[in-house]
Amino acid sequence: MNSPGETAPQAAEKLRLTDLTVTFESEGKQVPVLDGISLTVAPGEFVCILGPSGCGKSTLLNVVGGFLRPTAGKVEIDGREVTGPDPRRIFVFQERGVFPWLTAEENIGFGLDGLPREERRERVRRYVELVGLQGFERAFPHELSGGMKQRVEVARALAMNPDMLYLDEPFGALDSITRMTLRRELLRIWEAERQTILFVTHDIEESVQLADRVVVLSQRPARIRRVVEVAIPHPRDLSSRQYLDLRDSILAEIGLAHQV
Amino acid sequence: MRKLLLSLSGLAALVVAWDLAVRFGPPTLLPLPAAAGRAILELAANGLLLRHLVASLYRVTWGYLLAVLLALPVGLFLGVYPAGERAFGPFLELLRPISPLAWIPLAIFWLGIGDLAAVAIIFLASFLPLALTVKNGVRRVPAVHLQVGRNFGLGERELVRKVILPALLPQLIVGLRLALGIAWLVVVAAEMLAVNSGLGFLIVDARNAGNRYDLVVAGMVLIGLVGLVLDLGVRRLERLPALRWAYADGETGK
Amino acid sequence: MRAPKDRGAVLLPLLTAVVLLGLWQIAVVLTHTKVFPPPWAVARALGELARKGVLLSYIGDSLFRVASGYLLALAMGIPLGLAMGWYAGVALAMNPVVQVLRPISPLAWIPVSIVLFGVSNLATIFLIFLAAICPIVVATMNGVRSVPRMYLQAGRNFGLRPAAVLARVVLPAALPQILVGLRIALGISWLVVVAAEMIAVDSGLGYLIIDSRNAGKRYDLVLAAIFLIGVIGLALDLLTRRIERMPRVRWGFRTD
Repeated sequence: MNSPGETAPQAAEKLRLTDLTVTFESEGKQVPVLDGISLTVAPGEFVCILGPSGCGKSTLLNVVGGFLRPTAGKVEIDGREVTGPDPRRIFVFQERGVFPWLTAEENIGFGLDGLPREERRERVRRYVELVGLQGFERAFPHELSGGMKQRVEVARALAMNPDMLYLDEPFGALDSITRMTLRRELLRIWEAERQTILFVTHDIEESVQLADRVVVLSQRPARIRRVVEVAIPHPRDLSSRQYLDLRDSILAEIGLAHQV
Repeated sequence: MRKLLLSLSGLAALVVAWDLAVRFGPPTLLPLPAAAGRAILELAANGLLLRHLVASLYRVTWGYLLAVLLALPVGLFLGVYPAGERAFGPFLELLRPISPLAWIPLAIFWLGIGDLAAVAIIFLASFLPLALTVKNGVRRVPAVHLQVGRNFGLGERELVRKVILPALLPQLIVGLRLALGIAWLVVVAAEMLAVNSGLGFLIVDARNAGNRYDLVVAGMVLIGLVGLVLDLGVRRLERLPALRWAYADGETGK
Repeated sequence: MRAPKDRGAVLLPLLTAVVLLGLWQIAVVLTHTKVFPPPWAVARALGELARKGVLLSYIGDSLFRVASGYLLALAMGIPLGLAMGWYAGVALAMNPVVQVLRPISPLAWIPVSIVLFGVSNLATIFLIFLAAICPIVVATMNGVRSVPRMYLQAGRNFGLRPAAVLARVVLPAALPQILVGLRIALGISWLVVVAAEMIAVDSGLGYLIIDSRNAGKRYDLVLAAIFLIGVIGLALDLLTRRIERMPRVRWGFRTD
């Protein structure tokens, strides 16, 4: 049952995907989307799921997040099977996931209803500061830029102190400058709090900049083509030989696969 | 199959509740559903059903078509020329809340009892919302599309024909459907006060000439059904493939 | 977007108003009509109503009936619309009922409502209730249906139970559309109160129209009443539009 080369003990395993398969039915036909995905993720790891648009990465994340039942295979977290969404594992969508009828601080405090008022206020304040949105607490999302909305969403997720974060192309709708800034901030937060992170993207550079491991998916039906270890310590020099080689190798891998 | 049963269950529940209420409630003039049903058959048998139905439809058609023919150019004008909108806009807004029924006394006075008054009222009632829909629709056309049109050298007329009208179409059809609903509502009301035939008249006449409440309710049921059919008819238009682009938003729903 | 908002927006309609009033006056004079009143006669009629003390009380009566019927429709319509938007089964069952009842003009309900409630305020309130509930139900249902799936997922992700998802996510997200329905329903209610009062009550603006004509062909009063109806209807509409501008719902009305 263990994937090849996996010798670490059970305790060092946060997430385990076993032979995950998802097939949709559309107009009478069976459409295979995911085909036999198996993967383990250690606690505190930053894993990028990389693949071209439409290959099923989001479906994979939805299954892992408990929003979709797989057709076959299973998802286990901390040894227990995932049957539905859970506040210990929070999704971060593109900034459209922010609730437009709540202010920034109300959004961030959205999941904290069970806490006593003082504690909630304190926590919200802490995460507003963490993502650099001081001064904008009372602003509504439609008054904020895309990048700021994204920060609200990240802060909202973090305020729940989740074990795991699932990010589905969170920076896709932002300009490249904001993207780079937010990547850096995400890493900063991760290094401080060390959640286990699954980050879906179609951007090769982004994946190599961020992840400990990059899981490269094929076109539909998605299978794991390769898992690339990125053993470069942060902060990563984007002009270093190591970085460029890794990037090029992934590029080549995908490029070859798409040659007609 | 299950879906069909489910969709009929609401109506069935309504009819059953109606029946029970009349049967076991305080004494009332309201008829049992069965009596209303028989009344409909009676109307069909002596030809009145067809006669009144045609009378109502005739008036609706005239008033509505006139409204459509006028609302389009007026709405376009108001939408394309902001000065026009600023001048006449507030009036239309002022006239809008005034029930067409309030105009009935005036209409009867000028045009007498008869089809003309009814058609005039229907026209008024449908014209306003339609013109406003067209006007708003024109404003909603994304500036980008207009820029592309001008870039490609289209003159004003062509711009309207090739860019604005097609972009307007989905909203226009929704507006047409709503205006038709209003027209149907109003024709019945107008007939109750201003003419001597039609489904609306049927209701009033049935009550006045002998408290035939079974005919009254039969008339109501018929009005509801015809209105439903008209509405469904226009909804088919909304589904034309030429208009699908307006609904291709995705991402919503459970 | 329009450019100069202030002067132009007031001056132009004012100008057109003056022109139209002028044309009206001229038409009355030219045609020597004995029955259609000129503008100033209508203004005088308004003054007469005020002096007799009925102006405010008629307006108040009409507004009271609208408020009652409307609030009832709100209280029943929003929960029904929520249920229809949330549970496909409820929508399937109730949609045909709504679609069949909708085309029946409130006026057509008059005989039935008189049978049910007699000639009274209750009958008019019933009519208004009937007229207002349809747009409210439809708008609420559509609002619920068009809540983006992402919001629902986020709600579940944060551990909210279905009831909490409905209250804290679906309702606020659907609110802009619900408000539009409420505004339309208010407009319709105002439209219908006039028709409803034509039944047989003895006060209100609709009553004024019918009574003025019957009891003496006072078309100046008729037009005065029509004018008041238009103005109040407009005011109600503007009021509800203000509500749509509040920050909690404004996001739903932006044209991007």
